[in-house]
Amino acid sequence: MNRFILPVVIFVALAGVLYVGVRHSPNKSTMVSALLGKPVPTFELPVLGAPGRTIRSAEFAGQPWVLNVWGTWCVECRIEHEALLAIAREKRVPLVGLNWKDEDDAAQQWLATLGDPYVVTAVDKEGRTAIDFGVYGAPETFFIDAAGLVQYRHVGAMTAEVWEREFLSRLTTRGLP
Amino acid sequence: MIPELGQFALVLALLLSAAQAVFGLVGAHRGDARWMAVVRPAVAGQFVLVSFAMGVLIHAFVTFDFSVLYVASNSNSALPTFYRVSALWGAHEGSLLLWVWILASWTLAVAALSRNLPAGFASRVMGILGIVSLGFLLFTLYTSNPFTRLFPPAADGRDLNPVLQDPALAIHPPLLYMGYVGFAVAFAFACAAMLEGKLDQTWARWTRPWTTLAWCFLSVGIALGSWWAYYELGWGGYWFWDPVENASFMPWLVGTALIHSLAVTEKRGLFKSWTLLLAILAFSLSLLGTFLVRSGVLVSVHSFAADPARGFFILVFLVIMILGALILYAWRAPLLKSPAGFDGGSREAFLLYNNIALVLAALVVFIGTLAPLVNDALGLQAISVGPGWFSKSFPYLALALVVLVSVGIHSAWKRGRVGESGRRLIIGAVAALVIGLGFTLSVYGPGQWLSLVGVVFGCWVIVSSLFDPIDRWRRKLTLSRAVLGMTIAHMGFGVCVIAVSTVEAYTVERDVALAPGETVALGDYAYRFESLEPVEGPNYDGVRAKITVLRDGLAVSEIFPEKRNYWVQRSTMTEAGIDTRWNMDLFAALGEDLGANRWSFRAQLRPLINYVWLAAGLMALGGALAISDRRYRSRQQAASAAAHDTAAEAT
Repeated sequence: MNRFILPVVIFVALAGVLYVGVRHSPNKSTMVSALLGKPVPTFELPVLGAPGRTIRSAEFAGQPWVLNVWGTWCVECRIEHEALLAIAREKRVPLVGLNWKDEDDAAQQWLATLGDPYVVTAVDKEGRTAIDFGVYGAPETFFIDAAGLVQYRHVGAMTAEVWEREFLSRLTTRGLP
Repeated sequence: MIPELGQFALVLALLLSAAQAVFGLVGAHRGDARWMAVVRPAVAGQFVLVSFAMGVLIHAFVTFDFSVLYVASNSNSALPTFYRVSALWGAHEGSLLLWVWILASWTLAVAALSRNLPAGFASRVMGILGIVSLGFLLFTLYTSNPFTRLFPPAADGRDLNPVLQDPALAIHPPLLYMGYVGFAVAFAFACAAMLEGKLDQTWARWTRPWTTLAWCFLSVGIALGSWWAYYELGWGGYWFWDPVENASFMPWLVGTALIHSLAVTEKRGLFKSWTLLLAILAFSLSLLGTFLVRSGVLVSVHSFAADPARGFFILVFLVIMILGALILYAWRAPLLKSPAGFDGGSREAFLLYNNIALVLAALVVFIGTLAPLVNDALGLQAISVGPGWFSKSFPYLALALVVLVSVGIHSAWKRGRVGESGRRLIIGAVAALVIGLGFTLSVYGPGQWLSLVGVVFGCWVIVSSLFDPIDRWRRKLTLSRAVLGMTIAHMGFGVCVIAVSTVEAYTVERDVALAPGETVALGDYAYRFESLEPVEGPNYDGVRAKITVLRDGLAVSEIFPEKRNYWVQRSTMTEAGIDTRWNMDLFAALGEDLGANRWSFRAQLRPLINYVWLAAGLMALGGALAISDRRYRSRQQAASAAAHDTAAEAT
């Protein structure tokens, strides 16, 4: 074989690898490896608007639930809020809020004026629980099944379409015991 | 309304780039002067339109137009004006627009300065650049439109990533892109030559200044990024083998090889097919870098929520451009004939060895960067090669390169001669050994053998590169800017090797917890934590520690490491406190609040660290001097100048 063809051959092989990389990358951007299929990180956090009360992740065991990470400082959280309210009205699965690095007053004001889609909102002022979840920017939404395993992570604003395609489908296939 | 005008300008630019590609390539193929006459106006029009789009986006940033999604995502009403402008390239969409604009600028420069080139050749070069521009404009408009509206508009923006709110990082991306995109010009020259099936020494003469210029920008861009990481990330390191860093380093290594290979092609008419391959490789690696950074294929701290559609688009573009060029290469390169052979000890041979070392170094970085991806593709466990891979292999290749430079500098074109160069070799090596060992052992004491070797070899490069200029000066011969530039660049390389060797071996570092009034000893120095006070900036607040640096009980300096909380993105940034001295940096970074008034600190003494960046500056300065050489200035007399220079070089 002509040695001048060698670069072409090498590049074709490389392009194949890159193609597989791109095909796999949706998994990476929706869920950075570690957590998928793993038990949900445990937490015990103060409840927004209820001084002295705390909420533990274990309290949701035995049923599928959804955790939404938000903050009043986040523009896209404002954008997804309508979608969250619609989801809450369906009452198919409890929606838990994780108020991330926020001021309590601002967060309560936000829920009072825009409506509260959450069954309960945990306050993660330090951002430690968000780190356990591998959150790198609000909003993010996690789907946890009845066995307490994280099944899906959505990065960015929630929409009705994403909810139906990624969350409701998992609710029927994996969510119920 | 105004943002829509920006988008419309980009659509028109897209059409013009298509015209540029079609009329440039087909016109040259048909030899039709009227078709080719369309190309330059298309280039100029495209530049105006893309500049207009840039202006529109800058306007949106400066006037706080939060109805533009990109502005709302990357700016804030509290953001200082300077960063509102640099926020333009603070994320994906704007970066691409900047990429396109820089390409348009390079193409405009080519159009203006190529009037003396054969019309068909110039037309082909601009045609190829038109294809590149077409691809990136399509990419911008289809997957990454910076003018997308947000409805309803945001009340305020999410702010620019605090990591990017820094002067060095504000100008780092444009410089880096100037380098990346500059290699597109060398690529276009290579493709045009292959399309014509003709490649001579004049071709190399045209290509050289463009390539060197791109390389200079890339050198400074990489150095700025490294400097930023050093004082901003708070780890005190200057190079992390992060995929994004590697993405810029690989084109630099191959570009360095290309510059040297072009020299041989120009002077001796050799290495033609190798030069072509390097020109294709340098730009391919630039594109690959863009792909890796923008597709999110490699998860890095630099990449944010990635869109697989974008990755797929760049991949298709990558395949069209690179595969096209490589097939053209496989078809045309075998036809190129080299006129003469050369000895194993000649300058040609040494430049070839150097090229091999540089390409091997790029290969090492390439493997280290892409290994996780290959593992993923083969379905193996995701393993990270990590810094171990690089630190175990790269230094040895670098040292081999140093030896080749030190020896090769003395060699002559065409034949290996001993005589004079043998004497220089021995004098240079002995001088380097004495200076290097004497300097290191007396100032820093014994350390690791690898770093001693590095310092000695670095001195060797510097001493070796001085022989020729000193000799010319003593014989009252003119010192051309090309030779001067080469000397300075090679000395810069030597300085870089010395600095890296020293800083790696003799850095003193301690992580400590201190309460105000407490002191930590660090080598000959001691750091005393005096106090902590609050600071407030335009869009952040934070704390600043005051540290007194003592030597023999006397205060010699004060440094002020900071920790900032940026309000909007809720992220914490460290600003290291650094006292830069001519021979070392006194460095401290403020860590966590440990409670009870105690804070963790990272305290370091980093000898010669600033010479790493100074070295990059020297290399770029050398390159700039070489470009300004007389023989590149008057292109009409290219042929006669060539004859003149060949005579001059022979002396």
